[in-house]
Amino acid sequence: MKTWPEVFDVAIVGGGNAALCAAITAAEAGAKVVILESAPKTYRGGNSRHTRNFRCMHGGPMSVLTDSYGEDEYFEDLMLVTKGKTDEVLARMAIRQSEECLPWMERRGVRFQPSLSGTLSLSRTNAFFLGGGKALVNAYYNTAADLGVSVAYDAEVTHVHRDGNRITHLEVKIAGAPKTIKARAFVLASGGFQADLDWLARAWGPAAKNFLIRGTPYNRGVVLRDMLDQGADSVGDPTQCHAVAIDGRAPKYDGGIVTRLDCVPFSVVVNREGDRFYDEGEDVWPKRYAIWGRLVAAQPDQVAYALIDSKSIDLFMPSVFPAIKADTIEDLGRQMGLDPAHLRRTVDGFNAACQPGTFHPTQLDGLRTHGLNVPKTNWARPLDTAPFYGYQLRPGVTFTYLGLKVDTRAQVHSPDGPLTNLWAAGEIMAGSILGQGYLAGFGMTIGTVFGRIAGAEAASHVA
Amino acid sequence: MSLDTSPPDLRQEARRQIEICNACRYCEGYCAVFPAMTHQKAFADGDITQLANLCHNCRGCYYACQYTEPHEFALNLPAALAEVRVESWERLIRPHGFSRLFQTNGTAIAGLLVVTLAWFFWALFAFRPESGVGFYAHLSHIVMVAIFVPVFLAPLALIAWSVRDYWREVGGGSVRLAHIWSALGAAGRMKNLSGGHGEGCNFENGDRFTDWRRVFHQLMMYGFLLCFASTSVATLMHYVLDWKAPYSLLSLPKLLGVPGGLMMVVGAFGLARLKMKADPELGARRVWKGEMAFILLLGAVAATGLGLYAVKGSGLVPTVLAIHLATVMTLFLLMPYSKMVHGFFRLAALVADAAKQDKA
Repeated sequence: MKTWPEVFDVAIVGGGNAALCAAITAAEAGAKVVILESAPKTYRGGNSRHTRNFRCMHGGPMSVLTDSYGEDEYFEDLMLVTKGKTDEVLARMAIRQSEECLPWMERRGVRFQPSLSGTLSLSRTNAFFLGGGKALVNAYYNTAADLGVSVAYDAEVTHVHRDGNRITHLEVKIAGAPKTIKARAFVLASGGFQADLDWLARAWGPAAKNFLIRGTPYNRGVVLRDMLDQGADSVGDPTQCHAVAIDGRAPKYDGGIVTRLDCVPFSVVVNREGDRFYDEGEDVWPKRYAIWGRLVAAQPDQVAYALIDSKSIDLFMPSVFPAIKADTIEDLGRQMGLDPAHLRRTVDGFNAACQPGTFHPTQLDGLRTHGLNVPKTNWARPLDTAPFYGYQLRPGVTFTYLGLKVDTRAQVHSPDGPLTNLWAAGEIMAGSILGQGYLAGFGMTIGTVFGRIAGAEAASHVA
Repeated sequence: MSLDTSPPDLRQEARRQIEICNACRYCEGYCAVFPAMTHQKAFADGDITQLANLCHNCRGCYYACQYTEPHEFALNLPAALAEVRVESWERLIRPHGFSRLFQTNGTAIAGLLVVTLAWFFWALFAFRPESGVGFYAHLSHIVMVAIFVPVFLAPLALIAWSVRDYWREVGGGSVRLAHIWSALGAAGRMKNLSGGHGEGCNFENGDRFTDWRRVFHQLMMYGFLLCFASTSVATLMHYVLDWKAPYSLLSLPKLLGVPGGLMMVVGAFGLARLKMKADPELGARRVWKGEMAFILLLGAVAATGLGLYAVKGSGLVPTVLAIHLATVMTLFLLMPYSKMVHGFFRLAALVADAAKQDKA
């Protein structure tokens, strides 16, 4: 920090994928760049640390990607999950540019690996990072260091100082000590606000206090809040977050990928009262995991319990914590804090509603219940073979939708027009494209595409 | 001898970490350990031993891991597996106390070296032959053979015994030629230190990948094999062709031995340097000194062997000869009780892995 200039060319707020792509692009264009990462070095990289792949358009086999994945198919997949809540111009731009991103990433040290075991369905559309998102983050920090980019860890930006349509400087606390960072251009890539439980509770309701945060505890939305308070244009539903159902024993923050549970399609899922509340077998899990966060969030105490028997224990990816195990349904209920007699009645009712037929764990097998108010429409087999297993489910928040509205140049706007030296990339602006739902690997696509645009725009602004 | 951490605790810790890894699988492309994990959900003791011996300590998974400290999952898989790996050698090789003494302790290795050295000086005086040329003028061929054959074969027998026990512990099953071939291929190219992308490992330079460890290890391994081949060829020449040492520079023993010795010296120097730079917290810390002493011993074997060639015909021959023979003998005696065993167990683990992959 001793050799820092008085004024940087480009100051980048955030230290994840989008921030790094912006920093590298700007530094390659000759700009003197600083990265202000609010996490300490061991936790650098924001939610990118927990990612595993990059959704990439391609006309033919490319790197580890098989076959082809065209713009229209990619866009249709996005329309499906967002139910049309997207900005078509921005979305198509991100999709088209994803193809040139992959070789760009490889040249800057990112390495890919074939689709992981258990994720074959993604081998055509998503390129997996060798070692996962933290390996990608490490590679980018090394590339940035080689380009002479300055990095401050434990550097929390508390205020973005706006003077008319320009940003003049940042107020930052570096390791707790207040500091002013001056620059000629600024990129905001500091993520959403999902780690601020108070903000979540204000937006969603008090139930949000019971949510688990799957990613970094450092995405508290301080910069997002500051910009919104200063009249920056916003986009995305301020009350909504993307949540999936995860293991209820996961850490409050930063549990990441391993806390996922893939057992729901083969389970009977009940709430705290011991009652079923939704069709566990509606569709294959990759298409349903995203709605279960909300389903569980709507139950009393924001908790649910997935019950399986020994027939199904090996049908899904291993869980990070072992299942609770019992020889009877009643004992399983007792161990999980549920009323044993009530649970017995629910399971008996479910078992009686199951029909004979052929069970197919990997496809929609139409094995459905009959006569239940809440049917199970696939993989419905009676829970009858001890030992029985149980998992507690809780909503795990991945990201929030509220963000800064940007244009195709990643520039941030206010009602008076664009802010002339301010750009945004990554989760802080992803709501511009993702209005609802989520498409696996698309967050990294948005971060990479807009990070590169923001970095190039910022560098040419100061050139 | 009291143990600071009992083996079941080490295995339990490794099991805890492996179960987290098996729910993540981001590291699948780095090496053979992670694909091998996916064959099961529950890990028996033998599975843990096998995974530990399959791990080459490249450390790629550590730097890529989002669950390392200060995260509450506190993963450090390279260290956890290294601890189990060393413990498995100490447990499987008899007598057990020896392993623990020499694996852990560089001073013990140096001590043994001094004892054998003294012994050779005494032998050189006591058994000085009436005739003979080259170093056989100082110690006759038959005496050398009488000393070295048992010192070489007995440790090998002990190792074979322990590898058989290893095979039973990990459930290796019947061996097929294809599996041995696959294991030799992986070892010959040191595939598991390639990082999966061919750029090497994260051993000595934080999260940056370098190929130096693979380079120096292969210099050492192939250098050692060349020297071993040189000795074997010379033995055959001696007995079958009745063609006795000393041999000229263009003879097969020299053509194999001189480059082999040079490769070992460079390899030992390189490996020692890398070990100085590497973070000891990502390995089995307890055996650091023993491992370092072993690298230096290998370097000393090669350097004194080359030295013997350099001082040919001078008055220094008996001194250098005694030192060289002492280093070789120490190396042989320590085969079961030093890092040298890793080669045997690693190869066994690679063969077992090839068999398990086949079955899966």
